[in-house]
Amino acid sequence: MTLAQDVLQGNRLALARLLTHIENNTEEGKAGLKALFPQTGKAHIIGVTGAPGTGKSSLVNQLALHFRRSDSTRSYRVGIVAVDPSSPFTGGAILGDRVRMRDLAGDSGVFIRSMASRGSLGGLAAATSGVVQALDAAGYEIILIETVGAGQAEVDIARLAHTTLVVETPGLGDDIQAIKAGILEIADILVINKADQPGVEAAERALRSMLQLGHPAAHVFENHQPKPGHEIPVLSFSTPEVTGNHWIPPIVRTVATEGAGLPELVEQIQLHYQYLKDSGNLMLRERTRLRSELDLLLRETLMSRWRERVAEEEYWLTLDLLTQRKLSPWEAVEELLKKC
Amino acid sequence: MVERKIRVLVAKPGLDGHDRGAKVVARALRDAGMEVIYTGLRQTPEMIAESALQEDVDAVGLSILSGAHMALVPRVLELLRENGQEHVKVFVGGIIPDEDIPRLLEMGVAGVYGPGTLTDTIIEDIRKLTAGKSEQVVSS
Repeated sequence: MTLAQDVLQGNRLALARLLTHIENNTEEGKAGLKALFPQTGKAHIIGVTGAPGTGKSSLVNQLALHFRRSDSTRSYRVGIVAVDPSSPFTGGAILGDRVRMRDLAGDSGVFIRSMASRGSLGGLAAATSGVVQALDAAGYEIILIETVGAGQAEVDIARLAHTTLVVETPGLGDDIQAIKAGILEIADILVINKADQPGVEAAERALRSMLQLGHPAAHVFENHQPKPGHEIPVLSFSTPEVTGNHWIPPIVRTVATEGAGLPELVEQIQLHYQYLKDSGNLMLRERTRLRSELDLLLRETLMSRWRERVAEEEYWLTLDLLTQRKLSPWEAVEELLKKC
Repeated sequence: MVERKIRVLVAKPGLDGHDRGAKVVARALRDAGMEVIYTGLRQTPEMIAESALQEDVDAVGLSILSGAHMALVPRVLELLRENGQEHVKVFVGGIIPDEDIPRLLEMGVAGVYGPGTLTDTIIEDIRKLTAGKSEQVVSS
């Protein structure tokens, strides 16, 4: 049996192994993802992002508990991917999100995986998308992704998740912070956590006034491609009909350590998913997500093919010429591309 | 290609609340380029084994200052084996009486580290042991 088959049989050790292979970008990892891809696309992927210390881990813990509880409508199997930063100096990392998730221990319907960002700057690791696919294929119906503590520009999560929660706390900023571009724009649901602390009214007012100033009509993240110079023309695929009203991000107050506000939050998450399905936005997001993944893979593959064909010395020689100002970067690229 | 990272779970089983040692070790392993999954205080052996499985770690470091090591460590080893993770190296740190060290090693613990151990020693041992060689090390 292959690793992928074991994963589909529900073997948790095999899943853990496969996730390691995916993280390390090995051949086994790629083979596993290839085999599992047809089984993906069933999970509701929920991103949780926000500044460090806003309570993302505690919130993920509570969300998982709620989705596991069968008293509402049904119980879901929950996968959690928690990303923490790698040291830019040593490459090491402390992955501490499990500390807040101890309530989930002993539940075989929950699978938690910690990931180090390994040099990625967008709030996720390069392999997070692959890890999510593997959990999806393994039958986890709700996948919660906790990003690195994010500032203003770590918006990769919006491309990967169906529903993005941006977690704020009282006292994080005024109404000018709230209208800046970036992280607040990507919110499908705004969460004010630690809502038992002073300043919660002001925080909500700032966020509400931001929403009243206008909200993007449709969240399609064309402007957040990882690299510039991206000039693939807009493809003329049949854009799914977007019907009904636009989604206006609700603001939900929570106290994650006590579970306050969680039923309302879960309800909003489910409403958002329903909205995505009914409006045709789900297909659109799925398409955008797969497109950015395709582009990324294409870029990596082309790069490695090119590297195979051009001798390493050529590259360093060109770099020398560049440093001596004998070539411009544009000419250098032309030269290097001619050689393969 | 991403280089293969050593993943280590650092856990505090049992009831003592002194986690400074565990944090010092976690930090040192981080600075040595390892990915450290830190689980916090008061973990049961079941929780530790479950985390080790989900995280697919190469090594587990247990910090015990309560004196309950002869009960907790064998249980962790047993659960790892039950889960098919007998390849995972288990290290024990904290307050371990000298006479217990040989017994722990006999059970399959890869190394025991008492107070005063240099973090470099632990790092070196983990690197060596997770590279495939399965000798045991003691420094207390």
